[in-house]
Amino acid sequence: MTWRAEIDPKRCMASGMCATIAPELFVLGERVSRPVSEEIAANETALDAADCCPALAITVYDEGGDVIGPRP
Amino acid sequence: MTTADTAPLSYPFNTPESLDLAEEYAHVRNRPGLVRVRMAYGEPAWLVTRYADARLVLGDPRFSRAESASHDEPRQSEGRRDSGILGMDPPDHTRLRSLVARAFTVRQAEKLRPQVRELTRELLDELEAAGPPADLVDRYALPLPVAVICRMLGVPAEDRPRFRVWSDAALSTSSLTAEEFDTNLEELRAYMRQLIEDHRQTPRDDLMTALIDARDVGDRLSELELVDLCVGILVAGHETTATQIPNFVLALLDHPGELARLRAQPELIGSAVEELLRFVPLGSGAGQARYAKEDIEVGGTLVRAGSPVLVAVGAANRDALRFSEPGKLDISRDGNQHLGFGHGAHHCLGAPLARLELQEAIGALIGRFPGLHVAGDVVWKSEMLVRGPRVLPVGW
Repeated sequence: MTWRAEIDPKRCMASGMCATIAPELFVLGERVSRPVSEEIAANETALDAADCCPALAITVYDEGGDVIGPRP
Repeated sequence: MTTADTAPLSYPFNTPESLDLAEEYAHVRNRPGLVRVRMAYGEPAWLVTRYADARLVLGDPRFSRAESASHDEPRQSEGRRDSGILGMDPPDHTRLRSLVARAFTVRQAEKLRPQVRELTRELLDELEAAGPPADLVDRYALPLPVAVICRMLGVPAEDRPRFRVWSDAALSTSSLTAEEFDTNLEELRAYMRQLIEDHRQTPRDDLMTALIDARDVGDRLSELELVDLCVGILVAGHETTATQIPNFVLALLDHPGELARLRAQPELIGSAVEELLRFVPLGSGAGQARYAKEDIEVGGTLVRAGSPVLVAVGAANRDALRFSEPGKLDISRDGNQHLGFGHGAHHCLGAPLARLELQEAIGALIGRFPGLHVAGDVVWKSEMLVRGPRVLPVGW
């Protein structure tokens, strides 16, 4: 199963939360974070990172393209 | 690379009775490598003062908070704090953090803005009615964040005098013994257990009820974790904001040009608060040492696995390699990615709420009183992890 993770660079405040919680999925650049690759394996950690992002900048989509993270 | 060839410097550098950043930081930041420091208790540590190094240590999973439990962690008091979620690494940390994170996002905080605005208005009405000189801490800076976090968590705000004592002790740096720390923590836990039972009987629309559900229905945390999370949110949820409100007022009064600019352009309040978060070093010194899990080079020094590193965010926030004219307070500063809320997994949970409270509190206060000034002797907190006035008499 393949999911997709996106970071909105306008919302990202570079707290470093995602890159610390899920270093295999996210990397912090000079100004904002970005996904290591847009397609990711289905993984609870991606949802945790989306939930924990204080800026709500991370969106996780399932293979059908539906938003599954951050969780409601 | 440099090595530890000299005796560790005594730490922390900052004096408690001011908001200045100690001069030692500039010396240390400008020399290559890291320096060794020693706090009153615990083993010596490396001190990080540069921005890039600070982001590396706080954000890289090769540095651990949990490791501190098995070391003689550098600290200001003899007794050791059980630092709860602040002493955890992912994935344990993530499990707890994700339970509360959604209550503290930018979007959730923004929903509280009308309530916070109304609260500041009421408090300012009361302050004005009482007449000058009035203590800004007791009448404004403290009641505002206390009311907000109490409402959000589900704690009666009228208990403020009770948990004020516990909260003070929790953040005290005086030489409390381990027993004194424990006694204080147990009292605070007992108080919270009682409230949790009460919420179990009568569920409400608040964060405590949501966390009880996560425990009782989802089995996502232990009973002790539930209690300590509520304790942590209550203490952290008001003390820091309550301290920064008077600090920011003092910093603005100290920079009349910037204060006048903010009064003339109230829309700058957002960037003004960010700049004040960068400029005002809240802490008496760095704490919460990070332990290297492997050998890592930081700022030209090889940090060996098992060594603690302290990160002085107040110094990193004045790093000229990251901020132009770092010693200048500029309320319209661009690209201000300061470390006032920390960085990485332990980035302040309440940051969006704190920002909102600071924006509303400072904006409303300077708008209401064009002649705001200090009207008496400032009494400073001493022996606390956070610096700021305990009493700030103001007139207008």
